Amino acid sequence: MSARRPIPRWADVALLPAINLLMAFLVSGLVVLMIGENPFQAVQVIIYGAFGYGDGLGYTLYYATNFIFTGLAVAVAAHAGLFNIGGDGQAYVAGLGAIVVALALDQTHWLLAMPLAVLASAAVGGFWAFIPGYLQAKRGSHVVITTIMFNFIASALMVYMVNRVLKPASTMAPESETLDVAGRVPQLRQFLSFFGYSPVNLSIVLAVAALIGCYILIWHTKFGYAMRVLGANPTASRYAGISNSKMIMITMTISGALAGMVAINEVMGTQNRLVLDFVAGAGFVGIAVALMGRNHPIGILLAALLFGALYQGGQELQFVMPAVTKEMIVVIQALVILFTGAMEGLFRPSLERAFMLLSPEQKAEAIAVSTAKPES
Amino acid sequence: MDLASVLSILDATIRLSTPLLLACLAGLYSERAGLFDIGLEGKMLAAAFAAGAVAAITGSAWLGLLAGMAVSLSTALLQGVAAITLKGNQLIAGVAINMLAAGMTTFLGQTWFSQGGRTPALGEGGRFSPITLPFASELAGVPILGPIYSDLISGHYLLVYIAFIMVAVTAYVLYRTRFGLRLRAVGENPKAVDTAGISVVKLRYQAVIITGLLCGLAGAYFSIAQGSGFGNNMTAGKGYIALAALIFAKWKPVPAMFTCLLFGFLDALQIRLQSAQLFGIEVPVQAIQALPYILTVILLAGFIGKAVGPKAGGVPYTKER
Repeated sequence: MSARRPIPRWADVALLPAINLLMAFLVSGLVVLMIGENPFQAVQVIIYGAFGYGDGLGYTLYYATNFIFTGLAVAVAAHAGLFNIGGDGQAYVAGLGAIVVALALDQTHWLLAMPLAVLASAAVGGFWAFIPGYLQAKRGSHVVITTIMFNFIASALMVYMVNRVLKPASTMAPESETLDVAGRVPQLRQFLSFFGYSPVNLSIVLAVAALIGCYILIWHTKFGYAMRVLGANPTASRYAGISNSKMIMITMTISGALAGMVAINEVMGTQNRLVLDFVAGAGFVGIAVALMGRNHPIGILLAALLFGALYQGGQELQFVMPAVTKEMIVVIQALVILFTGAMEGLFRPSLERAFMLLSPEQKAEAIAVSTAKPES
Repeated sequence: MDLASVLSILDATIRLSTPLLLACLAGLYSERAGLFDIGLEGKMLAAAFAAGAVAAITGSAWLGLLAGMAVSLSTALLQGVAAITLKGNQLIAGVAINMLAAGMTTFLGQTWFSQGGRTPALGEGGRFSPITLPFASELAGVPILGPIYSDLISGHYLLVYIAFIMVAVTAYVLYRTRFGLRLRAVGENPKAVDTAGISVVKLRYQAVIITGLLCGLAGAYFSIAQGSGFGNNMTAGKGYIALAALIFAKWKPVPAMFTCLLFGFLDALQIRLQSAQLFGIEVPVQAIQALPYILTVILLAGFIGKAVGPKAGGVPYTKER
């Protein structure tokens, strides 16, 4: 390895992602320009649509809720060195857990229905991620490939379940029975009229709790430590007496359970029934969110808000600029994943060089590092 | 079932397995060179759109094919820059490419053609027409062999024949040429290749280029051969099935052909079995749809033989200094 010229931590954590994000937005701006619209006006519309008024903000928070869950799911797995690309499928099948509990307890109270539905969704989502985890741990199959396959298996399974099992005989549309009372998670608009008609609901409290819970889990528990050791160096973790295979299975289950929380927000908080494809790619957005947020809960919160804003602002953009469809948001997402994830190394060398020029201490440190340890 | 209906299922099998086969062979080059490629879907989708759009504008299927291959190639190169030069995570690069293609094709399709993401329907010259092999009609009367030749073997699009020829070409290149030897070596042990004075980076880029071109063929097949124009998310996860097939075939060309035929057959069966019964039990169509994925998971788990990919797969190569 060549000597790394260290850059300050703040630059690594904040500046580099910011530059990469800026690149993603610049390229997106070019795409908007290419179809003959004004990118600056588009940005204005997005910002107003996402934050400018109660309904808009409510929608932003509602989308962000999903992305916090899927972002955390990707991040938790990433800390253990696993790439969980199956958040979509895990969230999707978790819908089964949510709908079964919600329908069964529909005549009781949401204070009973919601916690039980959370458990059920976590169990189903966790199970859907446990299998790839088990296969990776015990049989050595690559978790990325298996989770991709499980996304497709989930979607086939759910088409079957919705059409054949959950659909009441009286309806034609492929959807489950509609929830009436307790199966619904209370909407924030019931307490704050500010949010207008937006579907932001108490799931957001669950999301914040998940953020805090994951922070504690990853950095303040023995389990989290073992997880990070596994992620940093599987050999070291084995010699430290950690059971790698057990860690992989538990981590994947936690990851899937987190992804499963999307079902609470969607099935019980918004749609009030199980519909086809209710996850709508949130699992994949989670990858972008985790990458941008550097797998840290605070970063994930900010990234989820950003993507929530993009989603909501993007809807607004469609009304103002009909030429810009909502797929533009998918393009922006893809560019964010590309620049902050895959092409993360693009600006690092020049940034490192810039810091070398700017700061003498940095330079001294770099020289010390490169001379102290002979190259292997 | 009579011969005619068996033939029609087999005919559909060939048609449906062609794009899988092209994409599968495309992935084979990259993966054999040590690059995980989950971006097959995105490259195919981008190519399908480019081919459909250019064919619609120019009215020429050939120009469409060319455009499809060019776009797929540039997408592959972008992925290559991220994964090879910048040493980024290959899986994340693939995810990004897939999303980029899904977003861009619908977005540009809607902006340019205003038909809900579709390209205009293609006329005569805009798409490839089936090729009738020599003596097909003369031999049609011969019992059994006649219908097989004239219905099953003859009458496919050019790209179908190219796909199957590519199997032989790939097998030859991989096992009988110096390039193939190096390609396999770079996927197993790049350091050894580097030590021998051969550029790992160059070899991997060559693999990526071949992958791009083949994905271009596969994508074009969707929009300007099988279909008449591009439709929203036209490849519908076939890139992932191709990836599954590649694993299933253990990264070998001839088994890849048989796996793609099997998956194509399942697809054909699924279309035909919409509400059929098998041994008195109703088989949900979804179960057949999910079968390739389930089979891949089972294979990966090593229950029916072990699928071990190229050893250096997924790891960016860093030359030691």
